[in-house]
Amino acid sequence: MPDLATNYLGLALKNPLVPSSTPLSHNLDPVLHLEDAGAAAIVMHSLFEEDVRNDELMIDRFLVNPDSFGEAAGHVPFGHDYQSKLDGYLEQIQILKSRLAIPVVASLNGSSLTGWVELGKEMQEAGADALELNAWFMPGDPKVSGEALEDHYLALLRELKQVVSIPVSMKLSPFFSSLPHFVRNVEAAGAAGVSLFNRFFQPDIDLDTLSVVDRVHLSSSADVLLTMRWIAILRGRTGLSLAATGGVHTARDALKMLLAGADVVHMASALLLNGPQALKDVLAGIESWMETHEYESVTQLKGSMSQQNLPDPSAFARAAYLHALDSFTPPAGVRY
Amino acid sequence: MNKMLTIDGNEAVASVAFRVSEVIAIYPITPSSGMGELSDEWAAQGKTNIWGSVPKVVELQSEGGAAGTVHGALQAGALATTFTASQGLLLMIPNMYKIAGELTPTVFHVAARAIATHALSIFGDHSDVMSTRATGFALLSSNSVQEAHDMAVIATAATLAGRIPVLHFFDGFRTSHEVAKIVAVDDEILAKMLPAELIGAHRTRSLSPEHPVLRGTSQNPDVFFQAREAQNPWFDAFPGIVQQCMDDFGKLTGRNYKLFDYVGAPDAERVIILMGSGAETVQETIEHMNRLGERVGLLKVRLFRPWAPGALLAALPATTRSIAVLDRCKEPGAEGEPLYKDVLVALAEDLSNESPRFAALPKVIGGRYGLGSKEFNPAMVLAVFEALTATALKRRFTVGINDDLTGLSLPFDPAFRTAAAHDTFAAVFYGLGSDGTVSANKNSIKIIGDETDLYAQGYFVYDSKKSGAMTVSHLRFGPSPIRSAYLTGAGDAKFIACHQPLFLETHDLLVHAAPGAVFLLNTEVPADRVWAALPPAMQRQMVEKRIEFYVIDAYQVALEADMGRRINTVMQTCFFAISGILPQEDAIAAIKHAVEKTYGRKGRRIAELNYRAIDKTLACLSKVEVPATADSAATQAITSPQVTEFVRKMTLPLIAGKGDALPVSLFPADGTWPTGTAKYEKRNLALQIPVLETDLCTQCGKCVFVCPHSAIRAKAFPAELAEAAPPTFKTMKIRSKDYPADWKMSYQVAPEDCTGCTLCVEVCPIRDKSNVSRKALNMAEQPPLRAPEAENWDFFLKLPDYDRKIAKRNTIPGSMLMQPLFEFSGACVGCGETPYIRLATQLFGDRMLVANATGCSSIYGGNLPTTPYTTNAEGRGPAWSNSLFEDNAEFGLGMRLATDKLADAARTQLHGMALEVGDTLVEALLTADQSSEAGIHEQRERVAQLQAKLSHLATPAAEQLSAIAEYLIRRSVWIIGGDGWAYDIGFGGLDHVLSSGEDVNILVLDTEVYSNTGGQNSKATPRGAVAKFAAGGQPNRKKDLARIAMDYENVFVAKVAYGAKDTHTLKAFLDAESYPGVSIIIAYSPCIAHGVDMSHNHRQQDLAVKSGHWPLLRYDPRLRDQGKHPMSVDSAAPSIPFREFARNEARFTVLERQNPEAAERFMVQAESDARLRHQEYLELAEMALPEAEIAKQAEEASAPQETPNA
Repeated sequence: MPDLATNYLGLALKNPLVPSSTPLSHNLDPVLHLEDAGAAAIVMHSLFEEDVRNDELMIDRFLVNPDSFGEAAGHVPFGHDYQSKLDGYLEQIQILKSRLAIPVVASLNGSSLTGWVELGKEMQEAGADALELNAWFMPGDPKVSGEALEDHYLALLRELKQVVSIPVSMKLSPFFSSLPHFVRNVEAAGAAGVSLFNRFFQPDIDLDTLSVVDRVHLSSSADVLLTMRWIAILRGRTGLSLAATGGVHTARDALKMLLAGADVVHMASALLLNGPQALKDVLAGIESWMETHEYESVTQLKGSMSQQNLPDPSAFARAAYLHALDSFTPPAGVRY
Repeated sequence: MNKMLTIDGNEAVASVAFRVSEVIAIYPITPSSGMGELSDEWAAQGKTNIWGSVPKVVELQSEGGAAGTVHGALQAGALATTFTASQGLLLMIPNMYKIAGELTPTVFHVAARAIATHALSIFGDHSDVMSTRATGFALLSSNSVQEAHDMAVIATAATLAGRIPVLHFFDGFRTSHEVAKIVAVDDEILAKMLPAELIGAHRTRSLSPEHPVLRGTSQNPDVFFQAREAQNPWFDAFPGIVQQCMDDFGKLTGRNYKLFDYVGAPDAERVIILMGSGAETVQETIEHMNRLGERVGLLKVRLFRPWAPGALLAALPATTRSIAVLDRCKEPGAEGEPLYKDVLVALAEDLSNESPRFAALPKVIGGRYGLGSKEFNPAMVLAVFEALTATALKRRFTVGINDDLTGLSLPFDPAFRTAAAHDTFAAVFYGLGSDGTVSANKNSIKIIGDETDLYAQGYFVYDSKKSGAMTVSHLRFGPSPIRSAYLTGAGDAKFIACHQPLFLETHDLLVHAAPGAVFLLNTEVPADRVWAALPPAMQRQMVEKRIEFYVIDAYQVALEADMGRRINTVMQTCFFAISGILPQEDAIAAIKHAVEKTYGRKGRRIAELNYRAIDKTLACLSKVEVPATADSAATQAITSPQVTEFVRKMTLPLIAGKGDALPVSLFPADGTWPTGTAKYEKRNLALQIPVLETDLCTQCGKCVFVCPHSAIRAKAFPAELAEAAPPTFKTMKIRSKDYPADWKMSYQVAPEDCTGCTLCVEVCPIRDKSNVSRKALNMAEQPPLRAPEAENWDFFLKLPDYDRKIAKRNTIPGSMLMQPLFEFSGACVGCGETPYIRLATQLFGDRMLVANATGCSSIYGGNLPTTPYTTNAEGRGPAWSNSLFEDNAEFGLGMRLATDKLADAARTQLHGMALEVGDTLVEALLTADQSSEAGIHEQRERVAQLQAKLSHLATPAAEQLSAIAEYLIRRSVWIIGGDGWAYDIGFGGLDHVLSSGEDVNILVLDTEVYSNTGGQNSKATPRGAVAKFAAGGQPNRKKDLARIAMDYENVFVAKVAYGAKDTHTLKAFLDAESYPGVSIIIAYSPCIAHGVDMSHNHRQQDLAVKSGHWPLLRYDPRLRDQGKHPMSVDSAAPSIPFREFARNEARFTVLERQNPEAAERFMVQAESDARLRHQEYLELAEMALPEAEIAKQAEEASAPQETPNA
């Protein structure tokens, strides 16, 4: 039996499989099933800044200070057991913590510098073992430079670190012009890890209504490669924990991430599609592959194929890109 | 130490009633609804009564139903209660006779309110209570919030001990809605007051199959009378029992009451006798007068029935020489009001005793005061005492008004003040119904009540509008209990706050300010420039009164504190910071503590934001030095509309808030008012208004169609008329080929009437091809547009309306050229109801009779000072009336029957006068086709010809016919109301009218709750929604009124949602009106009670239809005759999950956060409801076969003769 233990954000985990932020953690039962299936920790669904804000607006607009006139002091009854989204989230942390043996990572998703990251403090107080900061900001203003944008992310991180003592991982997008540089700054700003990469909700245009609509796109194994390359590049160049997320559906996907250097491998789409069994299968697959290939431990395997450890470091860099392009030849009969 | 509570009268009563009841039957009616709402909420939270069980709270379909349920619950042995007022109490009367006749203990708690007569009034007087005098219920009065709390206990104890049911009443609004600091009665005292053996005795008397009895017999002449007299001993004993309970209560609490409580000089010569909150004002006044050396007194009547004259006489000082009895009700045609007559009889009978208490009969006069919450203040009390010293006694009088018609009113000196006016700290706040001013003030009262030894009082006055209702909060604080049951007087307030700069223009904000008072203004004008921006009159007052002036830009502070446009905390902080009522540091700590209490579990982050706003406020509040002289350059908007004499004398003063000063002689004696007055209220509510882009507009008319306030309109007119237009008036070349090619089209906004809801912009389908954010209509700041657009609007109004005879009224653009005869209502911003009414008036308004059920539509339709119903250029328009809540369908039916009857009579008489009138005209009049606008127009012309001829004839027969000739023109009778009426209280009548076959059009504005009374659950409330009276979520499927109506095969039925499919709505209205029988349109009407911003009104309608929550359909019985299916389902099968519709509305999401399991269960059920219903409708549509086919099938089925039960 290979030793699957790994270390992530300073937390000792029994294996490297961690369900990432999905709606599954809204309820206790699916999370218990995930733990039973072998999950080593759980990243909760995100508490969205916008959700907290809309909730405040709704509470205030319709419940605390509703429109009133002579005959009506308000219209919707506002019971004492009403719970805000924030408080519901905090309670969910407590519930998960009280029933799970594995660590619970709470997740904050937002972008503005208006003090909302301070909510991390409440998450810590509610018992979260670590925090994932999913700072997602779409730059649209031409006056905002890449550097300013990075500073914004770092400012958010610093703001959060000022109020919490538990480890913080930052979930990043793949769109930084110099990711390793930025990751170094993230480390300097006090993060304990990075998670690569967050999955954007990509808005779509509805041609019938000429309106912009949100659609959820689940990942596939094909998405693994983007993350895997960057994990491989970062491994050894940063002291941060590395979490690989995006596209892990099979044990083979997970193994690639580990070989590239991930400390943990996140799963989301596969769990949404196939339930906790997907995690169980991946875990079994990893174990069996390691046995077959005579690996003793995840520690031994982790990062063994990072860019630094490769005989040809350019394999993850630009040279490989040229090769990949050349390898593609048009099908016969297709005129270009 | 006694627990102090700072609560309103309704809560004070409900807190007792809930704890001493097992069954509570409720139904909403202002101002008593709060008691039912709290009971329902407490039950939903699992709170228990003093015996450890959660009372069963059940909502009924009417007050009649509630009383019946209470009767049944009592008979089955439970302790049961109900709450009501006004018409609701009238509906309970039949059961009250039964309950009292059976000597059944119960307490009905009544927030006493005027009964509708010449007009409805939601405000307080005793006319409802007085209507129950003969029922056998004891009538027990409370005069203040504290007393209402205490009397609720005493009433319950007395009824159990004496078996006489008690109607416990307190003044609607003045007591029910006044927030005051009171001492709470705890459970222990309640338990001591309600001994187990008495409850046991009540159970023993109950109906039980274990020891069965018969009750509710019918009795014959031989015994009924004696049996009626058999209960006399109980009534004789009851006053003693009530006094005993009062004494017991006094021992337990230290608060002592008497059946008749005398206060004042022990040797008083002049005494006022009355009951209700007015007694507090009288007490304050006599204390003041006696300190000045007068000898006056007050007798408070607590137990009015059973009448205890002995106790009354014993309570009066033997020195009494003259008595004024004040009644808060009117008994037209009687020789005096009830209390007056009872007092007189008591005195007269006393005189005939062997040893009378009074050697000579004191002089007694009787007067009316305070009807419909008319102000009753110390100046009026003084006037009554003065009337008692007059040489010529005025036996009958009124006080508080200027009766220049019958001369009954007493003059009073408005400048008179008691010492209390100086001893208390009074503050007045002006805000909007939507800006949180009232809730912040309630909060301030609680803070001061809870955190200090001061007594506190709060009373809140709203204007009659729903959108942009102005609220005036009157707060008082003082070291001793506050008895001032009247508004802050002129010059009495030490603090005035204006939360909305909008009011600077329209109101005299400093009228209440005392010399040296603090005035706080929320304004975006910086402190160094604000003085110059004030109106001249205000500047003058500030100089004269030496006002201390503070300003804050509350919206900016709120924005910076991440609180959006929520300014309540900011303004509240200012109040505490500068009013000096508490040391600033303590005050700020107290506000923060209150914030924590308010939000607690509900949102700690909001609490944090509030703390931040509080700190920021203190930094941003500025004091402005008031110069020694007024020098304003500001000019006030001048509007001098061309108005009638009536409007000038009545309507304009009413709009200006000066109604109290209007004398009796000006008033129409029968409640009849002119229409077309809403246009005189230029409320300028909108921050932004829509602006048209003529290069993009396709003239589709949708903006006009959706406007809830008829503030955007379309006209088509010959190009030359535009030549005289103001410079910024916009016209477009007409696009449709239906009009002459050289005509122009104009879409114009009424800038001062628009409420800024944005629905027109939202519905506008036309976008700039290269910039989708630019539509054909876009919102822009109102202030710079106000003057030019007002000029444009005036010009627009003068353009001729498009000819109704040729308007393409079956298209949206065509129908929207027709003049709305319903405009600028006070409905909520973005109201989902009013577009339907406006549409009906556009299509049929010039021949419409409207019967309107009580509810939102009767309030924005007919609440003074103005009405949105108006007339066209010929002076025609809807004639509107409101009968009651419960009888609207019948009321409308009566209108139809009368119309048809008189039309019949006119036809008969016309026949009889064929010789004089001329055969051709008679024939044409009798056979006129009035199915089109052109046909109606021609008939109108014929009737005019007829009238001309008749006036020449001048015979009695001609005069008779002339009086009814107008009935020959087809009339459209509309029965309009909400779901509370149609689904619940008025359903019996509605159902009957549905079956009548008469040509009426019923419009049900379905908001899925009782909107007007504050969002209570009705049978239209959908499954899973939270509403008041359904705080735990409505568990049942919404009643399907359309299906019920379709069950009558000859009823036209439509279910519409204009925001989802406007053409469908238009078609349904046209078809319904043309159908020569009963038509019912059930119209989906989003409402603020849904907990969604009304700018999303259309989206929610669309989602309601797409999710299957609101299927669109029409059922037209005429189609059957044409061999077609009468029913058509006009919306597709549910294409989105129900929860996608529900998740945007707080009424659904609240449950998700309070009870997630139930919420989830309801969502799943609701989704299957929607699918099933759609399927059922489809099946119905399939099943409906042509009559011939049905007959054929019936024949086939009857062919084989089967033996029954073979």
